[in-house]
Amino acid sequence: MALVELVNLGQKFQDKIILKDINLKVERGEAFALIGPTGAGKTTLLRLIDLLDSPVKGQIRFNGVDVTRSGRERLAARRRMAYVQQKPIVFSMNVYENVACGLKWRHEERKAIRKKVEEALELVGMADYRSQDAKTLSGGETQRVAIARALVTAPEMLLLDEPTANLDPVSTSKIERVLAHIIQEKSTTILMATHDMSQGQRIAQMIGVLMEGELVQVGRKSEIFEKPLNLKVAGFVGMQNIIKGVITSNEDGVVSINVSGKQIEAVSDYQVGEEVCVCIRPEDIALSFSKPSGSARNAFEGEIKSIISSGPLASVELDCGFPLVALMTVRSVKEMELGIGKHVYAAFKATAVHIVKT
Amino acid sequence: MSELWHSIAKAIHLLVSFDHEVYQTAWRSLWIAATSCVISFFLISLPLGSLIHFNKFPGKTALITLIQTLFSLPTVAVGLIVYVLFSRSGPLGTFGLMFTPKIMIIGQIILVTPVMLGLVISSLSGVDKAVPETATALGASRLQAALVTIREAQFAIMTSLVMGFGRAISEVGVAMMVGGNIRGYTRVLTTAISLETAKGEIEFSLALGFILIFIAVIVNVALLLLARKRGPIRWLWSSS
Repeated sequence: MALVELVNLGQKFQDKIILKDINLKVERGEAFALIGPTGAGKTTLLRLIDLLDSPVKGQIRFNGVDVTRSGRERLAARRRMAYVQQKPIVFSMNVYENVACGLKWRHEERKAIRKKVEEALELVGMADYRSQDAKTLSGGETQRVAIARALVTAPEMLLLDEPTANLDPVSTSKIERVLAHIIQEKSTTILMATHDMSQGQRIAQMIGVLMEGELVQVGRKSEIFEKPLNLKVAGFVGMQNIIKGVITSNEDGVVSINVSGKQIEAVSDYQVGEEVCVCIRPEDIALSFSKPSGSARNAFEGEIKSIISSGPLASVELDCGFPLVALMTVRSVKEMELGIGKHVYAAFKATAVHIVKT
Repeated sequence: MSELWHSIAKAIHLLVSFDHEVYQTAWRSLWIAATSCVISFFLISLPLGSLIHFNKFPGKTALITLIQTLFSLPTVAVGLIVYVLFSRSGPLGTFGLMFTPKIMIIGQIILVTPVMLGLVISSLSGVDKAVPETATALGASRLQAALVTIREAQFAIMTSLVMGFGRAISEVGVAMMVGGNIRGYTRVLTTAISLETAKGEIEFSLALGFILIFIAVIVNVALLLLARKRGPIRWLWSSS
């Protein structure tokens, strides 16, 4: 039985539909990431699951029990979950008291509270701050206190709303380490909303893509990132190369797609004549000065139009008769002495090509 | 001008010589005002203000507007209403409370409650909505979430107690009309000042005036310090 099951869940704000018929199952012990652009309805969905708001339609089942509307069951179910908001607030008390709140509200004994709070503070690396006024903490520290405050109650389900939004890379990394520890050591079920798809990929096993209030795709992370269901999902999960074409042949599951007069080969069962979009992840494209002789079935000569560095990686934009973006390390760009105007070969395997309907 | 200095000097003499009547009147003022404020704050303003703030009901905005309008309730009007209600021929006359400290406390409760109630509501409204929501998300019941919100607003809420006390100790209308300014029984600082000034006893009035100001300052400072440290609201939170 799924720990949380959403059945045809819908939410409206005034006349605006925020969530449309959401059906989702989160299994016990699973780390599930809800990804989607800002305004997709992720926070609304988390608030519904934590029973902070009531849906206009549908059901929320916790451990098989419908907790959508009954007041007493809602409090009992909420006490088995913990929710860390995107911008968590701390109460005007010290760090220890903040973390102890949830346990106090559950009427736990003082001795047990002390032990659990100390453990939780230790886990998030905030033990030295226990006596500090929580209002004086930095954003990253506040976020870690909020996570400790949620974890201390040993929730069956931890809901996280953009847990590292607006944080610096060091704080982000610390929080991600804490989350990884919780997933591995404590087997806590996690449902995390994030617009950072790479974070979703790092932390979760399962991913759901929420766009414009609809859960458009749910699957294992490899499925979502390599085989997006439609163009919107493809664009969101980082398929920088989305090119329109027409299927010209299909031989034993290997199709040929005409893209601006060039033939791209892919593994697919689309039929001849169908108009499709070819999706290729930029990191699946290899660049070389000579025509590759390896296993890649697709190789196109192109002219480098731009090279944009972002940290240790660089996006190389080519004109191969159709635009193509390849991702490589800055070091490789330097070693190959790539530059604007130079001609290179872009190669990628047929299995690296994902096809979606236009 | 020399008469003024002479009066001030005499007033100071009355204070430093611990004049029995001056200090007895001051003490009566203090405990009547304090009792009415404590009763209004803990039994009416804080619970009722919280109920109004944390619940949705039709006419809520109109009720809050009415409470705010009553901030400027004239003290003599309150005195008159209480007089009519508790005089021998009034509907509550059988209690025989007229011209006693008890009726003065009742009158002052009526006087300070709108101020304290209104300020409690606005103090709670000033708390970030994320506070009760965070508490709820952490498993707090409605009461527990309300208590944490009250705790967050404690400084502003304590200000309502300060304002209420200021209004109670400085009012003269209710004390005069229903207390009767009976020497040694219902005479308080404000009614005594009024009487002594009318009699031309400026030195005595000034001494009482200094004490009145002194009490108001000390009590206000003490209450505000209490709000910053371990105040009564914090005690409420601890016992939740």
